[in-house]
Amino acid sequence: MDPIIRINNISYTYPGSDKPALDGLTLDILPGTFTAVLGSNGSGKSTLAKHLNAILTPSAGKVYVDGMDTTDEGNLLAIRRRVGMVFQNPDNQIVANVVEDDVAFAPENLGVEPHEIRRRVDAALRQVGMYEFRMHAPHLLSGGQKQRVAIAGVLAMDPEVLVLDEPTAMLDPRGRREVLAAAESLCRERGITVVLITHHMDEAIRADRVLVLDKGRIALDGAPGEIFSQTAALEALRLTVPETTALITRLNAAGMRLPTTALTDEACAAAIMEALS
Amino acid sequence: MLKDITLGQYFPGDTPVHRLDPRTKLLLTVAYIAAIFMVGSWGGYALVFAALVCVCAVAHIRPKALLKGLKPLVFIIVFTAILNLFFTRGDDVLFQWKALRVTYTGLERAVSMVLRILLLVSGTFLLTYTTSPLAITDGLEKLLSPLKKLHVPVYELSLMMCIALRFIPTLIEETDRIMSAQKARGADLETGTLPERAKALLPLLIPLFISAFRRADELALAMECRCYNGGEGRTRMKQLHMSWRDGVAFLLGAALIAGILLLRRLGI
Ligand SMILES: Nc1ncnc2c1ncn2[C@@H]1O[C@H](COP(=O)(O)OP(=O)(O)OP(=O)(O)O)[C@@H](O)[C@H]1O
Ligand SMILES: [Mg+2]
Repeated sequence: MDPIIRINNISYTYPGSDKPALDGLTLDILPGTFTAVLGSNGSGKSTLAKHLNAILTPSAGKVYVDGMDTTDEGNLLAIRRRVGMVFQNPDNQIVANVVEDDVAFAPENLGVEPHEIRRRVDAALRQVGMYEFRMHAPHLLSGGQKQRVAIAGVLAMDPEVLVLDEPTAMLDPRGRREVLAAAESLCRERGITVVLITHHMDEAIRADRVLVLDKGRIALDGAPGEIFSQTAALEALRLTVPETTALITRLNAAGMRLPTTALTDEACAAAIMEALS
Repeated sequence: MLKDITLGQYFPGDTPVHRLDPRTKLLLTVAYIAAIFMVGSWGGYALVFAALVCVCAVAHIRPKALLKGLKPLVFIIVFTAILNLFFTRGDDVLFQWKALRVTYTGLERAVSMVLRILLLVSGTFLLTYTTSPLAITDGLEKLLSPLKKLHVPVYELSLMMCIALRFIPTLIEETDRIMSAQKARGADLETGTLPERAKALLPLLIPLFISAFRRADELALAMECRCYNGGEGRTRMKQLHMSWRDGVAFLLGAALIAGILLLRRLGI
């Protein structure tokens, strides 16, 4: 399968900064996959995200989205339509004061026909479970609901890739669960490629692939089970392991023999049950 | 406490007045304002008042809501009345006490000025009570679109208005939060002389401005990510369209103006 996003040895240095935020990064993302990106503060996660839809263009190297070069100005709208981006603070992404008008913003910008916009807006709101709230004022919604409206606003562009930059950082546990469930169902049910940037290891467990960034480079790359069993390597990168892995590691240190690849709560519980019986 | 400020004052509803096209309502409001200045007889005021009452009844707006809206204007109304009452020159003196002289012309002018202000303000309130801010913005954009030929950025202006409306509640909430935080640190925002209070406001305004700029920055980025590239080639999900209702509204508006002119002619 051809990668939907192909990143070829890119480097990027912010103007006025002396050390590069991205430093020779190469990465292919396959369509329909769920990729989680981890890394400590300042490791270059947001900078990488902004390269995926041509908000930033590399100082060296190339990024191709669906075969289109992001440095080519003529591709700009086509790229942004294909790669939707959701940010941390839902309050600062919502443009209109009625939910459905906000979701309509992107297709309106793209010049889509009015009845087709209506169809996409309704479909996007249903997809994230916010259809009943379509006539509400965004500022009266909870954080998780606002963030789902922001996701719907991007879905209305009919994107192939959804990039979420710490979408749950400002949410309570319930809002976090809602947003993650929405992202996961978009990937699994609609086949949208999801790139989730996060600080919470637990959110990376369900991904197909986990990337760990460090100093603008990919430090670790693999399936969640592979990555999280490397406790020492993760600690060297100032990251902790998920709670399930931490528990298993401690139990193993106490003499049990559990697989470190049991990452989800259910798998971990099942492994412990099996070892005990 | 800041949250108590009602903005836009829109009362959602599904009456024939609510369903009118916002362009119709905007144009009729302008016509209504012009009509008030055409009134030349007491009968004319009565007619405008009757029209206002009818629209209120159809739109299910209670008179109490209108009166509440007029409350902040009490000072201006009293001021206008006094000015006209005591400072109109004329020979038909009604009564005189030392230097204060009230003439019949003055009394007449004071009453008619007060009536004009009341009718004018209530009429424009009816517009904002029955039309959502977004619909007003949309209507204005459409009505002003011929100005695009003169390179007036009509679309951008309407988007600015829309975003401002969207962020007012967010910024009010934020102000509340910063105020509570400053009060918790012992800031005193409510007592003291005026300069003292102005000074106490500074630690409130600075964080508010910084946060507003950060928000603007992030919003601009989010808009870019959602393919915003100016008003050119943009479509709208909600199309405005006029119906027979709007035709009826225009006819009634024309009838009102004709009635005013007729009464003025007849001097009733
Ligand atoms: N606008 C900017 N101007 C200059 N330097 C920047 C800018 N934004 C980020 N940087 C620098 O680039 C590096 C990578 O930043 P980036 O925001 O990509 O990190 P991150 O992994 O997203 O961190 P966080 O977890 O805090 O969001 C950091 O050293 C940061 O200081
Ligand atoms: Mg970041």
